[in-house]
Amino acid sequence: MAFFFAQFLTGLANAAALFLVASGLSLIFGVTRIVNFAHGSFYMLGAFVGVTLMEFLPGAVGFWGAIVLTGLVVGLIAAVVEMVVLRPIYRAPELFQLVATFGVILVIQDLALMIWGAEDRLGPRAPGLRGVWRIFGEPVPKYDIILIAMTPFILFALWYLITRTRLGVLVRAATQDREMVGALGVNQAWLFTGVFALGSALAAWGGALQLPKGGADLLMDFNIIGAVFVVVVIGGMGSLPGAFIAAVLISVLNVFGVTYLPQSTLVLMFVVMAIVLIIRPYGLLGREEVAGEHGQVGAPETPIRPYGTRGRMVVTALLLVLAALPFVADQFLLILTIDILIFALFAASLHFILGSGGLVSFGHAAFFGGGAYAAALLVFHTDTPMELAFLFAPLAAGLLALGIGWFCIRLSGVYFAMLTLAFSQLVWSVAFQWRGLTRGDDGLINIWPAPWLNGPVTYYYFTLILAVGGILVLRHIIHAPFGYALRAGRDSPRQAEAMGIDVKRVQLVAFAIAGVMAGLAGGIFVFAKGSVFPTELEIAKSFDALIVVFLGGVKTLAGGVVGATFLSSVEHWLTRLEYWRLVLGLVIIAVVILMPEGIVGSLRSLWARVTGSKSEVSK
Amino acid sequence: MTEILRVENLKKSYDGFIAVNGVSFSVKQGELKALIGPNGAGKSTCFNMLMGQLRPTAGEVFLDGSRITGQKPREIWRRGVGRTFQITGTYQSMTVIENVQMALISHHRRLFSFGARAWRLYRDEAMDFLRTVDLQDQADRPCSVLAYGDLKRLELAIALCHRPRLLLMDEPTAGMAPQARIALMQLTADIVRDQGVSVLFTEHDMDVVFAHAHHIMVLNRGALIADGSAAEVRNNPKVQEVYLGGGTLFKEEAHA
Repeated sequence: MAFFFAQFLTGLANAAALFLVASGLSLIFGVTRIVNFAHGSFYMLGAFVGVTLMEFLPGAVGFWGAIVLTGLVVGLIAAVVEMVVLRPIYRAPELFQLVATFGVILVIQDLALMIWGAEDRLGPRAPGLRGVWRIFGEPVPKYDIILIAMTPFILFALWYLITRTRLGVLVRAATQDREMVGALGVNQAWLFTGVFALGSALAAWGGALQLPKGGADLLMDFNIIGAVFVVVVIGGMGSLPGAFIAAVLISVLNVFGVTYLPQSTLVLMFVVMAIVLIIRPYGLLGREEVAGEHGQVGAPETPIRPYGTRGRMVVTALLLVLAALPFVADQFLLILTIDILIFALFAASLHFILGSGGLVSFGHAAFFGGGAYAAALLVFHTDTPMELAFLFAPLAAGLLALGIGWFCIRLSGVYFAMLTLAFSQLVWSVAFQWRGLTRGDDGLINIWPAPWLNGPVTYYYFTLILAVGGILVLRHIIHAPFGYALRAGRDSPRQAEAMGIDVKRVQLVAFAIAGVMAGLAGGIFVFAKGSVFPTELEIAKSFDALIVVFLGGVKTLAGGVVGATFLSSVEHWLTRLEYWRLVLGLVIIAVVILMPEGIVGSLRSLWARVTGSKSEVSK
Repeated sequence: MTEILRVENLKKSYDGFIAVNGVSFSVKQGELKALIGPNGAGKSTCFNMLMGQLRPTAGEVFLDGSRITGQKPREIWRRGVGRTFQITGTYQSMTVIENVQMALISHHRRLFSFGARAWRLYRDEAMDFLRTVDLQDQADRPCSVLAYGDLKRLELAIALCHRPRLLLMDEPTAGMAPQARIALMQLTADIVRDQGVSVLFTEHDMDVVFAHAHHIMVLNRGALIADGSAAEVRNNPKVQEVYLGGGTLFKEEAHA
């Protein structure tokens, strides 16, 4: 019993930092509507800056002073980031900013590596709080008790700030209606900068406060970002008490998970989130987000048409070049092109639901990796012929998408995104932890194509035909009545329902189609590589697809394919450099700022300006 | 005349607040009927319950004698009820004619068709509907560049696609210029006359209501206080009380 209680206290102590970071994210999202992936990076910066400051400032005053200073320093850095990177793109399509924040992650990662080196830093112990107190005979670190005691004050201070001060009034007003706040004479730009800086400072304080418990390392940013999103979503977007309850819930569950069910720790919080969202679609204390009919930023999407003669000629020429490639290219280039084609199909499948359906999935890798694993498992365990196993990849992924979609489609917006993320984490954890079936992180190997396909050139043509075919099928569906119904449900669900369209059913079918295509890409992938590992199911894989879809242009049909080609080529050339993340991050940020409509969208606008054509309908 | 829509004792309450309190009425075939009342009287709540966007707390709605209470909007639409919205809901990423084609695709039950090119389907038929509302010249413009009054007319064309027997129009002329209001209502009246459709609409502009409606219902604080011809409603002391605190705006002379 005493042990049980001590465990509980450890969980509570961990909740302090998590709550701080989560409340910062919630604040930023509420006001700016930016899904800030880089939030974990500011948490990591907080830890490193904190360590450095503590080395300079001695004693107890120095320790606590360093923590306070850390928030100010990181807040300042965040303000600069907001002004340079985010301010130019607030009018870009919704969620486009998350691409920029992804670039920020990469830049901060390499900068931290340059400044602080690759070695982990141990956090200094808090002066005067080094030992333990015994509670019911169990040792509990003094610092934990202090953290537990502090948390209610932090909650109260934030609550006071939001509900009782002028800044809080502005923040709440902006959360409800940004346009109106602007119309009332509030300088939105500065409000956004201020909120972004404050939110990041909270993350930094979280990072600095946990130093005596966890120290600082270069993986902190990715390690916490999942938990932070989970906490914000479980609590309900924009609810401070909700975030607090969720932080405590997750932290305590995690401590008990580590002790009693170690293999559960990787997915426990995602399971909790999935259950909460299925029962309460807007989190514990969140309210239904009223989708605004007005207030949509950016230019409205232009109507679509299949390519005209010129477009068809360009595509045909491109396909001819690809078909002729084996005659001129070496094996290395062929394999790179295979990779790009696979990624392009994967991205196109996400673009299908994201662009036409408005369904932002954060877990699309579940279907890519799911398809790859489905085929690999058949080959590995039952020696199924490659042709049959290959067919099983899109089939299994489609069924998986149908099942996951059935739960997720009922939600919308960020909650939909997070539930897809939770399910993809579940799939990942099965691949990672059911070692008897999947061999865990040893992966499944020796998954080679049938003899008649084995060889770079034949497999290249196999890939070319299936990937291009898949992309063309998706394009065809977009132009078909079903694709129009999907877009109708995105543009105005109210009108769609009032004209007999079952919006949710259309979305579910679209989700399954996207799953089939992602599974097809996964099937091609596994036989191209001869192996599959749980990394193909990771969050990073889902985000890769998400990034390229936005980078290429959500509102253009070719966006996913072009974005995928661009990013994999750039990545391929850059990874030879030592600080390639820094360069890639800067490239991404530059593209985002220079081409706010995505690569395809911006090129199209440029073309229109050059030729002076003012067509209201686009290709 | 046969009865198209019958509403019995319809009620909606939110946490003790009663928005609509026991409303009963009917709409007959070929009738153009208005539902008026001050802001907050419960008109839109009533409408949303008729069309299935809101589930009534109590009461029943019958269409052609069969019960449709609590059915989903799309089911009610399939049974022959079209609607237009107070704030227009159109597909901004499509052209004007594609908006109509979308409704026709649904009408012809081709929503789950994967083969055809949607923009080629039912184009002529869609053009006919656009002609009805005089939008044929703007057929291929993106919906997002249309003027508000044109959007309202487009919505009307969309609502007609399923050949409804009943049209529900929530403030069809809100936000339009005076001339455009009269034109839109004249158009609606023509459709009622030519096609035998029944129309139930809410409206704030009394000129529009008294010039076109065959019958008028007045809703106040969730309850119907009048239901009759224009003259009957105009001379109803309770209505005058609600609108004017006993004034005379509704007297014929005042409008002349």
